[in-house]
Amino acid sequence: MIDRLTENRGLDSFDIRYVALILAILGIGVLSIYSVTRGQQSGATPFYLKQLIWIGLGAAAFLVMWASDYHHLARFAYPAYAFILLMLVFVLFEGRTSKGAQRWIALGPFSFQPSEFAKLILVLVLAHYYSKAPRAGWLQRVIVPGLLVLPGLLLILKQPDLGSGLSFVAVYAAMLLMVGIRSQALGFILLFSIMLFPFAWEGMWGSLHDYQRQRIMAFVDPDYDPGGKGYHALQSKIAIGSGELLGKGLYGGTQSQLKFLPEGHTDFVFAVFAEEWGFLGVVVLLTLFVALIWLSLEIASKAKDQLGALLAVGIVAMLCFCVVVNIGMTAGMFPIVGIPLPLVSYGGSATIMTMASLGLLLNVKRKRLSLFY
Amino acid sequence: MVTTHYSESEFGDLHRRLFILRVGLLLVVVLLGLRLWHLQIYEGPYYRDLSENNRTRLVLLEPARGLIYDRHGVLLANNVPSFSLYVTLEDVKDREVLIQQLTDLLGLDPTLVRKKMTAKGSKLLPRKIKDRMTLRDATLVESHRLDMPGVMIQVESQRNYPGGVTAAHLLGYVGEISADQLEKPEFLDLHQGSIVGQYGVEKSYDRHMRGTAGQKSVEVDALGHEKKASVVERPQAGNDLYLTIDVRLQKVAEDLLGEEQGAIVALDPNSGDILAMASRPGFDPNVLSRELTAKQWVEIVQDEGRPLNNRASQGQYPPGSTFKIPMAVAALETRTVSPSSTVFCNGGYQFGKRLYHDWKASGHGYVDLHTALVHSCDVYFYTIGQRMGIDVMAEFGKDFGLGKATGVELPSERSGIMPSTAWKQKAKNEQWLPGETISAAIGQGYVTVTPLQMASLVGTVANNGVSYRPRLVQAVMDRTSGNLQELPAVPRGKINAKPETFRIIKDALADVVTKGTATKAKSSMVTIGGKTGTAQVAALRTGPEENIPKKFRDHAWFVAFAPVESPKIAVAVLAEHMGHGGAAAAPLAKEVIETYMKLTPQVPAVTSDLSGVNEPGRSSKDS
Repeated sequence: MIDRLTENRGLDSFDIRYVALILAILGIGVLSIYSVTRGQQSGATPFYLKQLIWIGLGAAAFLVMWASDYHHLARFAYPAYAFILLMLVFVLFEGRTSKGAQRWIALGPFSFQPSEFAKLILVLVLAHYYSKAPRAGWLQRVIVPGLLVLPGLLLILKQPDLGSGLSFVAVYAAMLLMVGIRSQALGFILLFSIMLFPFAWEGMWGSLHDYQRQRIMAFVDPDYDPGGKGYHALQSKIAIGSGELLGKGLYGGTQSQLKFLPEGHTDFVFAVFAEEWGFLGVVVLLTLFVALIWLSLEIASKAKDQLGALLAVGIVAMLCFCVVVNIGMTAGMFPIVGIPLPLVSYGGSATIMTMASLGLLLNVKRKRLSLFY
Repeated sequence: MVTTHYSESEFGDLHRRLFILRVGLLLVVVLLGLRLWHLQIYEGPYYRDLSENNRTRLVLLEPARGLIYDRHGVLLANNVPSFSLYVTLEDVKDREVLIQQLTDLLGLDPTLVRKKMTAKGSKLLPRKIKDRMTLRDATLVESHRLDMPGVMIQVESQRNYPGGVTAAHLLGYVGEISADQLEKPEFLDLHQGSIVGQYGVEKSYDRHMRGTAGQKSVEVDALGHEKKASVVERPQAGNDLYLTIDVRLQKVAEDLLGEEQGAIVALDPNSGDILAMASRPGFDPNVLSRELTAKQWVEIVQDEGRPLNNRASQGQYPPGSTFKIPMAVAALETRTVSPSSTVFCNGGYQFGKRLYHDWKASGHGYVDLHTALVHSCDVYFYTIGQRMGIDVMAEFGKDFGLGKATGVELPSERSGIMPSTAWKQKAKNEQWLPGETISAAIGQGYVTVTPLQMASLVGTVANNGVSYRPRLVQAVMDRTSGNLQELPAVPRGKINAKPETFRIIKDALADVVTKGTATKAKSSMVTIGGKTGTAQVAALRTGPEENIPKKFRDHAWFVAFAPVESPKIAVAVLAEHMGHGGAAAAPLAKEVIETYMKLTPQVPAVTSDLSGVNEPGRSSKDS
């Protein structure tokens, strides 16, 4: 009797709303990728088809994660982290270089980006650490986990991949806020400062002279926008703004179709979408993301143990960070750092990693329902 | 009941914090939404206007192509600045008026300009109309720029070959990417107007030398005049190549051929490094890298001497008696003959109804293998060829790399033919005739080879059967990292034959030069081993050589290696329509070998007296 109940609840955890949200966002991504890259290639496999293949692989990763047990996975957190660090070292020496950064490992015809997978593994590591360690002093709460984050962070910044590096910091910060820092007051200050950061940034950044900005950008990410004249940012703002309320319609985005907008299928895919579907489309997409994050936070707060809750929080933090920073940067609120929009931007490693993370989230929910207490 | 070592209060704490996180998240999303509302609704019309009149033009910044050096770092190909004329169609008011203006101003061909303007491509991207403009033309255009909206002068780098015709076939030339090439996947990141290698190592190493284009964004006003420019992405220079050739030896080889048609290949048998590869007639890659008119192209393509043909790797000729080298290896290895067994040569070989002549009508008398090679006795090789059969010969020929491309890094290499019964069945759907074996035994009939294959073959013999793939590029310099990547020699395996066999054959080849058919290759500074060959062009010949029109005269072959004791260089010379190999080709090989020995400090050769070589240029300077 209990067994049957357990199984049913196990299946219940395969939340149809959750899956529908993910599929809807993925669909928007494939459509936008198709729109912006159609007619650009001859011969090679089109980007939207490749993205569909990534999504297929991502779905497999999602199901595997959903069916596993995060308690078991957490036990492998440290070895997995050690392995991914080795991969990151390997990338520095043997990696494939593209656009001035060495981020990829070639695997036959494909290449993958270890830094993407490092993010998920970092969530596992920190969740595992905090669920085991006594939460006595600030040393164990802040410094030791910080030291855990550091090698991965430095290796990623060396590539250079500022976007993934910032995601690393975001995951760490989220964990600190949830469990690492005892004083709630301090937590709140941090939280609010992060929330206000974009707006403070705009004020600070806006008051700098051009050459000062160039120096700062050249320092943190020398290869992204060497001119520093904000060409990407301006074209992206024009793309989004010119979409107005209803958008220019599918394939109607002149900014992206005429190639004014660089990286239209990867980091700037949101601008393509916003240009073609307007403010209404943007509201729909934002709502989908908020709903997905809301459901994920629900899972976090109802997790049956600390490990589950922390895993869920880490994954949500990662997701939120990427969504907010990507949209913020395409809308000209942040400086441009290479962060893709989860589930929407073209990219194999990022798509598979994001879907695996969401599978793990659902696993946290499944374990809550399936174990009787 | 699952227990945790966390207290209830801590869990409660977590819940409170999660609640705050939600509030924070909602706040951020609302702010994002407000920002997007501001952009799309409040400022929407403004941005729509901007997007419709987007007057920023992306201009590609062509990368500097990698340089080419010889083995000692002598510059063979570089880039010099030149002016190019670009037109952005979007900004042109009246196309025909502009064509007229450009024709009047620069004397351009109006049909060519029109063709470029109507070619497929974006109206917003500037397209190249003319390159290699003179400074005067460029200034002329600049001074009339206000009357010609959409026209732009850009400084670019133009490929330059300081040596002119020297090593033209190896270096190749560059040119604008063709419409067909643009469709191919390896050129995916290129665009109309990109410069790519079209021949030689420029083509085979194009990916390395090409570099990556950068971008410049140019703001134009409503009339299409450039207002402000800023670099978006800097171009990345391509990688440099270091070739294996020694350009001094290359020049000597080319000058030796002079006005004659032919090819000379010199390589290092210990690594496969090609030291020189000359082919005549040649061409000036500087001319071909420019934009040619249709008429100029027709002239080059229809030239009887076929100057674009690299005779060293693309010319296929019957090997003539040089083919006796692999024949001798085959005969010894299959024990068809012993070194001392003899054949009687009376000047001809009767097979069926036909008499196959020896080149010496009076015959050579009793000859063993050594004598047969030294004096190039045909009857001896007819006999052993007949004994071995074509398929055994083909097996050894293939071991020496005949009948297949060597794999040198040059486009369109030819493979020659090493015939066999199976080959004839497949290629001609006919049975192999026994008489054809006899012609093949002295390198006539169906057998064809390239000079490169023969240089490699004689090098393999010199190196006692160890062979390397001939190669032209020894190192690539990565311009972004500054790393010099040395490419290793590529071993091609070892010929399975006894060391004794190679000793016997090398002895004989040394005697070919000292007292045989190639005494004209005898050098006072280094021991040379070699083999002459004469490739028949026309089957029927009447009267003395001088009476035959030149284009029906035989090709002269000489393949050689030196020093005999420890070979450092292998050479193949082919002089088209120059008659006998010993007279026409052997002296050239000797010159190449002596030049190389002088250029490269070696372990003292036979004559210790290296400085006292009787060279007119030097002695006159000394006196």
